[in-house]
Amino acid sequence: MNAPLLQDRLLPEADALAVTRPDRGQLEALEEEGIFILRETVAAFERPALLFSGGKDSCVVLHLAQKAFKLAGHSGTRLPFPLLHVDTGHNFPEVLAFRDAHVAALGERLIVAHLEDSIARGSVRLGSPGESRNGHQSVTLMEATLEHRFDVLIGGARRDEEKARAKERILSHRDAFGQWQPKEQRPELWTLFNTRLKPGEHMRAFPISNWTELDVWMYIDAERIPLPSLYLSHRREVVRKKGLLVPVTPLTPPLAGEVVEAVDVRFRTVGDITCTCPVESTAASTAEIVAETLAVTMSERGATRMDDRTSEASMERRKKEGYF
Amino acid sequence: MNARVDGLGRIAQGAVPGRKKPLRFLTAGSVDDGKSTLIGRLLFDSRAILADQLDSLERQAAGAPIDLALLTDGLEAEREQGITIDVAFRYFATPLRKFIIADAPGHEQYTRNMVTAAAGSDAAVVLVDVTKLHLDRGEGDVAGLVPLLPQTRRHALLAQLLRVPHIVFAVNKLDAVADPAAAFAKVRSALLAFSHEAGIAPAGIVPISALLGHNVTSPWLLAGYDGPPLLALLEGLADEGDANDGPTLMPVQFVADAGSRIRATDGSEHELPGAGHRARVLWGRVARGSVAVGDTLRVFPSGEQARVAELYLAGEIVARVDAGRSAGVMLDRQIDVSRGDWLHRPGSLQPASRFAATLAWLDTEPAVVGRRYWLRHGNCWLQGRITAIESRLDIATLERREAGALAVNDIGEVLFETQQPLPLEAFAAQREAGSLLVVDPATNRTSGALLVKAALDAA
Repeated sequence: MNAPLLQDRLLPEADALAVTRPDRGQLEALEEEGIFILRETVAAFERPALLFSGGKDSCVVLHLAQKAFKLAGHSGTRLPFPLLHVDTGHNFPEVLAFRDAHVAALGERLIVAHLEDSIARGSVRLGSPGESRNGHQSVTLMEATLEHRFDVLIGGARRDEEKARAKERILSHRDAFGQWQPKEQRPELWTLFNTRLKPGEHMRAFPISNWTELDVWMYIDAERIPLPSLYLSHRREVVRKKGLLVPVTPLTPPLAGEVVEAVDVRFRTVGDITCTCPVESTAASTAEIVAETLAVTMSERGATRMDDRTSEASMERRKKEGYF
Repeated sequence: MNARVDGLGRIAQGAVPGRKKPLRFLTAGSVDDGKSTLIGRLLFDSRAILADQLDSLERQAAGAPIDLALLTDGLEAEREQGITIDVAFRYFATPLRKFIIADAPGHEQYTRNMVTAAAGSDAAVVLVDVTKLHLDRGEGDVAGLVPLLPQTRRHALLAQLLRVPHIVFAVNKLDAVADPAAAFAKVRSALLAFSHEAGIAPAGIVPISALLGHNVTSPWLLAGYDGPPLLALLEGLADEGDANDGPTLMPVQFVADAGSRIRATDGSEHELPGAGHRARVLWGRVARGSVAVGDTLRVFPSGEQARVAELYLAGEIVARVDAGRSAGVMLDRQIDVSRGDWLHRPGSLQPASRFAATLAWLDTEPAVVGRRYWLRHGNCWLQGRITAIESRLDIATLERREAGALAVNDIGEVLFETQQPLPLEAFAAQREAGSLLVVDPATNRTSGALLVKAALDAA
């Protein structure tokens, strides 16, 4: 089983892979699948909601939803579900501003569930005031699911993000506690999705399961999907820690002795402000991001998420607790 | 190791995918056939494994050579127990194509996992471990063939049963035998004879060493093989022919209210004619043939007919939609159509409620004759029951054995009856009309998959 890793590379070198406008063929197949899953979800369940954070993956899913449910030549149609954002209170301000402007421009309905409210209710207790709220989101998400009686939550998770995600179904069944039980997953055969639920249970639907980070960027570029500005290169004050660029924010001020630098960066993922880091980049357009993604040597989460580094199984544990 | 990876500089991990559709393939192999190493090799050579993921492997290896197999064991429980529980999906791309690997674990719950991985795959790569074969045996055999292992026959036959369009044999560990060319020639003869007997037309039989990377991504000179390396072979596989020929068949997935206002081509908006008339759009993925404006379609089960007035494709107005894509159909008159119905060319369906089928049983609760199960056919949920279990297939040979019951991982021949007639077709000819999901009404677990062989009555 121990494979020696060869130094001589076998595929064409970078300069042989000239970046051109992506061929629509592969993206069309992914788009067709994503739209198909969205229509399936809306048709099979009573009360869907689309998780929308303003992050790039949820922007792609929202764009697919526009294509799935809004008809050319027909006016006044709205998506057949509301958007739901779990607001941890630890946001990048430009992402919240984008979220509200984008939702208003599309004329959609946005429900915001605040983690602060869960803290006030006592259902979330923080270990320390400044800690990452990423893991606590599951509680607020379940509370919103119950309050609005959602029976399916549509999200932008991708299987290439993380090892536990690689085994997740496209329609993923959750028990009454919102928990994922990897050993009890329903076999998913062709497009014969098993959509049956018992009272109190719900489903998670992942229309872009089979997309990679590169596919997402190529699609955003090809379709000119609007994104928050922090996805493009900008100058930001950061502190270098353990190979990550930790942004200086009111919640993450520099500690004594730490050196603050102004660096040209962009974000590859956007999450809790206390644990999401940008990467060094001068890519000022989505086409340049596609080019950079082709050349990247670090995984999306490895380069940007402090919380996923704590243990090999951190994502799996959070997912079992109801994390998206 | 870090230095090596960093030394790659800014080399592409993948590439802008080419013109073909993404290829989803499953890898079938038993424990120690080198399946995980092959997947690790494909991911590593196509740069889908990144520096931090290698770091993580190195931390786990603690000084020993790193184990590419660890890349595919995703769950904590799997690492603790040293087993793989469920199908994992992996992604990589070359300059020509995007690939999706459906990696089915080789031991526990084998049939269940392989059925899950094979359903929807475009190709199957069946690994043959040359070091497990008795290469000198078979000389006394009448045909002079090396006996294949039961799992090789099983993997190939399951892929064929599920109509995976391309089956490729990868003869692995040829680095570990004294005379690779001679060994490959013997195994190839045995695989060709078996394929002929089983009615399989292999898309390729490739000699490889997953460990050393020979003939996986880079060519390997071996006497008796002048074909491409495995990856090039997969890149070149034809897209599964979307069934554009034949009478139109489209399961209705979703009925959308199109609203009452419509915008004319000149940009003006007006109310749809007729008081209270609200146009509805019938969405579904075309299973066979194509749908075009002006076509007359019939609705199953109502039998009503109408013409296609307008057609949509992901929000655009189009004149025609081919098989494999989702069409939005607006009919020229208002008739009752709901999710679960089928649109079809008049005269092309022969509904039946009794049929013979192959049943792959996936549930730990055994199949019970006479019990009512939930079924999903196309987009329609209905009830049905097994009326008889005729035989159980010996998975190694596909011979039928007498059986009165089917347990988890069994595959059997059954007679089935549904609560109402369905537009059934043989699975081998038409996937959408020929497959049904079986769901346990008590637990909602996905219990089985029915592959229709023949309808038994005309309703």
